[in-house]
Amino acid sequence: MSMPSTQAPAVAAPVATHAKADVAKLTPKISIKNLEFFYGDSRALKGITLSLYANKATAFIGPSGCGKSTLLRILNRMYDLYPGQRATGEVMFDGDNLLRDDQDINLLRARIGMVFQKPTPFPMSIYENIAFGIRLYESLPKSELDGRVEQALRRGALWDEVKDKLGASGLSLSGGQQQRLCIARTVAVKPEVILFDEPCSALDPISTAKIEELIDELKQDYTIVIVTHNMQQAARVSDFTAFMYLGELVEFGATATLFTTPSDKRTQAYITGRFG
Amino acid sequence: MPEHTLKRFDEELERLSATISEMGGLAESQLARSLAALRERDTEAAESVIVDDARVDALDEAVQEQTVRLLALRQPMAVDLRVILSSIKIAAALERIADYAKNTAKRSIVLSQATPPAAAVTGIERLGRLVRTALKDVLDAFAHGDVAKARDVWERDEEIDQVYTGLFRELLTYMMEDPRTITACTHLMFMAKNIERAGDHVTNIAELVSFRSTGHGFDEARPKGSAAIYATSDAPAGTAP
Repeated sequence: MSMPSTQAPAVAAPVATHAKADVAKLTPKISIKNLEFFYGDSRALKGITLSLYANKATAFIGPSGCGKSTLLRILNRMYDLYPGQRATGEVMFDGDNLLRDDQDINLLRARIGMVFQKPTPFPMSIYENIAFGIRLYESLPKSELDGRVEQALRRGALWDEVKDKLGASGLSLSGGQQQRLCIARTVAVKPEVILFDEPCSALDPISTAKIEELIDELKQDYTIVIVTHNMQQAARVSDFTAFMYLGELVEFGATATLFTTPSDKRTQAYITGRFG
Repeated sequence: MPEHTLKRFDEELERLSATISEMGGLAESQLARSLAALRERDTEAAESVIVDDARVDALDEAVQEQTVRLLALRQPMAVDLRVILSSIKIAAALERIADYAKNTAKRSIVLSQATPPAAAVTGIERLGRLVRTALKDVLDAFAHGDVAKARDVWERDEEIDQVYTGLFRELLTYMMEDPRTITACTHLMFMAKNIERAGDHVTNIAELVSFRSTGHGFDEARPKGSAAIYATSDAPAGTAP
């Protein structure tokens, strides 16, 4: 392999070895190293080391309580909202440790956006749901703002359905539309990474398919991380999958490999429905 | 391997493997009966082999149905997915093996009207015995998920190839010595070819037994037999390899 060493993943390979060949040509957007997380005295994450690659979708899977949502929430410092929670180790985001104390959290959350399990539109018009976030970071003339709102709604695959009722309340939309509105709102502030926490668990299959198609398109411009309980969804939308169990990263690798020939017995048992 | 949380899934996978085993047993018996029919010059027995091929085909269809159902309803992953995919391929291989047995039975009916060289018939039987044993062993390996045994079967294909090549040369010699044997020997040659092909399918099944358990076959290239089978009738048979 003739790759310059700077492009190689900066972290040690995780438990499974099959990831090595897959990642040689990729650039890590976020490199997690020896990450530990504590809720008070209890350790929820144990020495997590893995890379999230640019313009790829990475899925975190595992049974309830395995730490996958905790890991996702560390990536935009959600835990700062709660006292007694702390993380140690290193999470390098474009060369900057995002765990450092003087991190600008607001700027970080603009660069690393998040979409939640339940759609969370603001109680305001569809237009304002999008424009609100843009105004926080930029002051644009009305015409330009209109353009940005349209662009975001198009990116969220919602424009055609709402272009004639931008003044209607965001809460008047269906669940699937609300979730796409939230994705559009996230995209509007031009993030680099989008975190999805169970984005489809409250949606019907058609809306789920639309979101999955959207995630696939968004990969061209963003780095995607998704936590899901639905293994078929992880298999459908992600390029890489991390299987976590009891706060540990058990196996990380190309999704196609992990779902056909997993290396670890626990991964095999979980994805084939033998425990969990 | 622990059981699935969903018991029905386990039952369906077991049923699929049971269907494959039944099909394997039937294919093995078809091959044995076609060889016996040749030896005994028993056209009635040969006819019944031909009729019974439909039973193998029916089991093949049952496997297709069960696999499509499992894929659609269970969304299998990892080892389950490999078990299901390999089942389709193993069933296809067994169906081919049974087809070759049927062809052998058909030719044995024609041969019962002729006088094939006895030594050549014995040679076919020997080849058939090797393939039958390999088939029986690979079915055992399948039933027990025994990759080492499957590998042993896979390695034995070389011997089958060698016996086939020797038999081919022997038949050429008979035909050159006495052109009146050409019709009978040509039938025997096709039978030999069919049985050798059945052996190749046994080898494929051996690889699939490995794939089920490990996700890969036996990767290094298996030593191949001689090129004598490509000899033409105007080349001295002895110089072929």
